[in-house]
Amino acid sequence: MLNTVDLFEDDRPEGSDGNDQMGHLVTGELDLSHGVALYLEDITVSFDGFKALNKLSLAINAGELRCIIGPNGAGKTTMMDVITGKTRPDSGKAYFGQSIDLTRLTEPEIAHVGIGRKFQKPTIFEQHTVFENLELAMKTDKRVWKSLMAWLAGDERDRIAETLRLIRLDKEADRQAGLLSHGQKQWLEIGMLLMQEPKLLLLDEPVAGMTDDETMRTAELFVSLAGKHSLVVVEHDMAFVEKLGGLVTVLHEGSVLAEGDLATVQNDQRVIEVYLGR
Amino acid sequence: MRKPLTIRILSALDKKSWLALGVFLALALVVVPVLHLTFPEDSAFHVSTYAITLIGKIMCYALVAVAMDLIWGYGGILSLGHGLFFALGGYAFGLYLMRQIGRDGSYGADLPDFMVFLDWKELPWFWVGSDSFGWVALLVMAVPALVAFVFGYFAFRSRIKGVYFSIITQALTYAAMLLFFRNETGFGGNNGFTDFKRVLGYTITAPETRLVLFGLTAVMLAATLVFAAWLVKSKFGRVLTAIRDAENRVMFIGYNPLWYKLTIWVISAVLCGIAGALYVPQVGIINPSEMSPANSIEIAIWVAVGGRGTLIGPVIGAFVVNLAKSWFTVSFPEYWLFFLGLLFIVVTLMLPQGLVGLWKKIQAKKGAEAC
Repeated sequence: MLNTVDLFEDDRPEGSDGNDQMGHLVTGELDLSHGVALYLEDITVSFDGFKALNKLSLAINAGELRCIIGPNGAGKTTMMDVITGKTRPDSGKAYFGQSIDLTRLTEPEIAHVGIGRKFQKPTIFEQHTVFENLELAMKTDKRVWKSLMAWLAGDERDRIAETLRLIRLDKEADRQAGLLSHGQKQWLEIGMLLMQEPKLLLLDEPVAGMTDDETMRTAELFVSLAGKHSLVVVEHDMAFVEKLGGLVTVLHEGSVLAEGDLATVQNDQRVIEVYLGR
Repeated sequence: MRKPLTIRILSALDKKSWLALGVFLALALVVVPVLHLTFPEDSAFHVSTYAITLIGKIMCYALVAVAMDLIWGYGGILSLGHGLFFALGGYAFGLYLMRQIGRDGSYGADLPDFMVFLDWKELPWFWVGSDSFGWVALLVMAVPALVAFVFGYFAFRSRIKGVYFSIITQALTYAAMLLFFRNETGFGGNNGFTDFKRVLGYTITAPETRLVLFGLTAVMLAATLVFAAWLVKSKFGRVLTAIRDAENRVMFIGYNPLWYKLTIWVISAVLCGIAGALYVPQVGIINPSEMSPANSIEIAIWVAVGGRGTLIGPVIGAFVVNLAKSWFTVSFPEYWLFFLGLLFIVVTLMLPQGLVGLWKKIQAKKGAEAC
């Protein structure tokens, strides 16, 4: 299956690589004073005339857990690409908190200001051990010189151990990550996200390929993370969405079609039409 | 507690590897010189000048192979232009060797022979300081570093990857070769630099000078292996292999791959430059053919044959391929390239992990049978 992440690999505008600071990436503090964590306004992205996003506007509150649903091609992944700096919008605004303009930052810079992203397909470092995967993700100074001299301190080991327990991989710590089951890889990627200590987590189909039991445990984990973090979850699995509670936004053809709790959205005539076709 | 750097470097290799390194250095620094100097030429124990030059040359190649492995095996970036950095280091040191000829050239002039031949009256500006060993030693590292930095910065910034990157490096070394072929460039045209007489005042063909160069090369190779082992075992090394395996993930957890790639790329180029500088006085010549695309491809073959992503693999690969080459070019000169091509195909198809991978497989099988 093709996904937009791969399709539009090199679609960044030229010169957008703000690498003038030797990879040091702090660009102002996150300001959540108005209670809004993420704010998108009139975002439009077109690829060869096809509008993947069409004047999309969306606001995620601090500490909120939001689910995004929508049929294939609705623009869910493109939206995440815009938020994480992978794709530049043709027009529109994207703000993280009150002051951080996401359209001006590179991917690593956006990671540093506090946005973590989980891909649709589990993307982990298959040749590294589970422990090393978490170590690399851990929030720290990620410039070259620091990495050359890095040595894990005791409290850093503790944090990794804590995350290992949380994602139930403590027995697999020294195993090569490529040997994990699909569900375990999903959990490892979620664990890597948590090691980054992000303020906003973007999760693209986090429970795809998980057993029912794993899915329910993931839902519990996400619910427990809400409040301290803001979460945006893209998911097709309605049982999972129901378990998460919270508001649901329906995307269709690159813009918001409906918003509300799951029951309201599911009974919305336009949503039913989009999903079932005419 | 944070461990001091020296201890970290010491713990980069296991005991066996340190022992092997010690044996290697003892051979190169003690055994070979003693055998060369004390036994007469007709003795069975005598190590010939030919052998010393050949092994010295191959150790330089091994150094290049380790440098190549850092960028290709660990960084996942295949360069087909590493011959350029090797040649730049060689040319930089060649400047000094040319000045050391003094008035002993065929024309007995202050200027190098080729400049007299071209009717030049004074040294070009970039030859300034070339009579100083210290300055030239700096150039040996700085020139490859600068070329690598500028080229790498723009290539990595534009996110040029995979085969596109390989092709551009190939074009780069080819363009440099054409440039160095021109007499006006000021590096001796297609003849390059040769007919060296002295290095630091010592006669370059004297057995003692040869042995010192041989020993220095061995020490440099050993030091590079230790440095590389530390590098790939550091967190930097883990980020590097992570970039190789999933660059997107690396970016989204907050590393800027540009600076990681650029760092290892420049380190690799500098190591090649040093190898080139050690190569030229031992072999006695440097000319633009060192920059030919085929040479750079051969470097990749050494690494592939030995096993990329292991540090000892490239050294083994450089030795195996080059020993085979010196045997072939004497016995069946016309078949060497066919053999090289065949070797590359066999390794690519059947031994993706190279000779080291084969060795590991055999060991694993033995282990399984023993159980």
